Amino acid sequence: MNNKIISKNKLASKIYEFHIEHDTIPKFYQAGQFAIIRISENGERIPLTIVDAKIDYSRFIVKCIGKTTYKLAMMKEGAELLEVVGPLGNPAEVDNFGNVVVIGGGIGIAPILPIARALKDKGNSLTVIIGAVTSEQIILKDELRKTADNLIITTDDGTTGEKGLVTERLEELITNNEKIDRIWAVGPTVMMKFVSAIAKREVIPCMVSLNSIMVDGTGMCGACRVEVNGEMKFTCVDGPEFDGRFVNWDELIKRQHQYTEEEEKALEHFKKEVGDLSWL
Amino acid sequence: MALNHDDRTKMREQDPQERIKNFDEVALGYTEEEAIREAKRCMQCKTRNCMSGCPVGIDIPGMIREISKGNFKEALMILKSQNNLPAISGRVCPQETQCEKTCLLNNVKGKKPIAIGRLERFLGDLNIELAEPAIEEKKDKKVAVIGAGPAGLTVSGDLAKMGYDVTVYEAFNKAGGVLVYGIPNFRLPKDVVEREVNYVESLGVKFVYNQVVGRTIPFDYLREKYDAIFIGIGAGAPRFLGIEGSNCNNIYSASEFLTRVNLLGANEFPEYDTPIKILDKVAVIGAGNVSMDSARVAKRLGARKVMIVYRRSEEQMPARYEEYQHAIEEGIEFHWLTQPLKYVGDINNNVKSMECIKMKLGEPDDSGRRRPLPIEGSEFTLNVGMVIEAIGQKANSVLETGFKGLKLNHWSCIESDKDTGKTNIEGVYAGGDIVTGSATVIEAMGAGKRAAKAIHEYLDK
Repeated sequence: MNNKIISKNKLASKIYEFHIEHDTIPKFYQAGQFAIIRISENGERIPLTIVDAKIDYSRFIVKCIGKTTYKLAMMKEGAELLEVVGPLGNPAEVDNFGNVVVIGGGIGIAPILPIARALKDKGNSLTVIIGAVTSEQIILKDELRKTADNLIITTDDGTTGEKGLVTERLEELITNNEKIDRIWAVGPTVMMKFVSAIAKREVIPCMVSLNSIMVDGTGMCGACRVEVNGEMKFTCVDGPEFDGRFVNWDELIKRQHQYTEEEEKALEHFKKEVGDLSWL
Repeated sequence: MALNHDDRTKMREQDPQERIKNFDEVALGYTEEEAIREAKRCMQCKTRNCMSGCPVGIDIPGMIREISKGNFKEALMILKSQNNLPAISGRVCPQETQCEKTCLLNNVKGKKPIAIGRLERFLGDLNIELAEPAIEEKKDKKVAVIGAGPAGLTVSGDLAKMGYDVTVYEAFNKAGGVLVYGIPNFRLPKDVVEREVNYVESLGVKFVYNQVVGRTIPFDYLREKYDAIFIGIGAGAPRFLGIEGSNCNNIYSASEFLTRVNLLGANEFPEYDTPIKILDKVAVIGAGNVSMDSARVAKRLGARKVMIVYRRSEEQMPARYEEYQHAIEEGIEFHWLTQPLKYVGDINNNVKSMECIKMKLGEPDDSGRRRPLPIEGSEFTLNVGMVIEAIGQKANSVLETGFKGLKLNHWSCIESDKDTGKTNIEGVYAGGDIVTGSATVIEAMGAGKRAAKAIHEYLDK
């Protein structure tokens, strides 16, 4: 296993798709699982959702947010990542539920693709709502269109699809008395929080994939702990999916900001080393 | 913990004021002269009580006799015939409760037991080329070892010497388990671990890194590929007090705190990408060796005030006396008979204080130690910027989801025979913390030795 980058494609500004050679992920991956990657010897371990896996590679879609994701985006085809540990976490609990609404926001559109496919394979009727800031950031729409019975696109600025938020489209479905048996939502934590609030009000199970800060990703450290239904859970081994109706969102959001200062410092430090990154 | 005259040969140490600024090893080891002088204190008694205190059965009197004559190579051969990892156990074994506790000199007025651990460490560190270890004829049997910690390394080394084809699956990118992510460099330098791992590798053991068996590779997949399996995955999940406010920011499990620094180099942030907070007032909950390690790492990261908060008193503290002494020398404060009740966070959920209650000691509990009881009305607030909970580990839940069919006990650890490590599944053995819960490095090595013998008997049938 050498974790070689077989191909790299720019999908949007600061969003890159990678196909990475791997031994175990293609063999044992199921939708909803993630990998922990480390790029270099002095690198940090970060979790990335696995978007797809075939024969000898796994597919990841990454948005440049902090030093590690920027650094990853600058890697070239043929280069090797130091470590790719996966698949980790529990697979998505996919079944035939009937009518399912799958919602992806921003870079969260990527992790919903495998879940949408798995739900479709189980025979669900599928509405997919995806949203981003602007049309350029709407990724994977062709693949999702093939999978979904109904694909709804929203953008904050209205440059494509409907202007507004994914939650507004969900509310619209509810107002129109669409039957919804289950919701899946992956995206910014605030988005997942609001989708979950709607689901709670409507009493619909709502699976979310949490993006807590992780260190080892194997249940050893508890960095990713989150309160679900009043209990302490570890996102890495008990999740990453939980029913969002029972997640303590405000606490999670604050936990995600624990290292904001350090993240900025690391990125500044990196920019001094490599120069301007706006071209990515 | 008597403080009377110590006639043992002292080991040189880094000055406390200097060492709190670095991660270099605190204890500096014996010179040849010092080792010989200490070895000569041994009476070479007939009772050989020290051996009964050794979980791996080293011929301790024989080893000491050879050192006293200056025959270091012979001494090392005696040591290595029973212990693949002497430089490690010489440093982290609680000798005072094992071999040194049973030393006959304890009964002689004015005498202290032989410093067996220091002698073991001295030998382990010698750069002596031993003859290649005798590896028996290759056997056509494959063994998988899950976890490259003390138990796994011992089992693999022993089985490789017997000629088995051994592959170790390790979840992290380095071998050593708790020896690399848990114990800090100033107590166990990482190059010492690396050297011992290299030795095991030189016996023909193969290492597969970054594989979490039960997750990235199914357990059943290994069962199909190997003739026998040893599970030595450690007690891989942190315990938390679970009191109100446990999810406040800047509250770490000791495992997280130590892993960030020891394995991922957070002490060198931003040269290393993994961050760690360096806050002024740090409270470490618990008073075991891991607590001492955490407190001393926090001190080295620059924390001004580091407090150990423990619900029992000094006498019940599980940490080794030596580690406790080192912590005191480094300016760690101790709050005995103090139990945290709740954490209070600020508007950003960063922990700012800890409500505590004073305790008193009652009747002995199941552990034989006097039970701590809260003193009503003694609640008080301790201001803290960071908390590290070091109250032990439990079995990782991956054990239940990823190792189906394996019988667990009611602590969710693996149920295995204490003499052989045999589990309820044929050909599957287990040992170390995943069986016993948090215990010591040498006990895990002892379990590894017994399991290696049992696996050999099973495969050689």
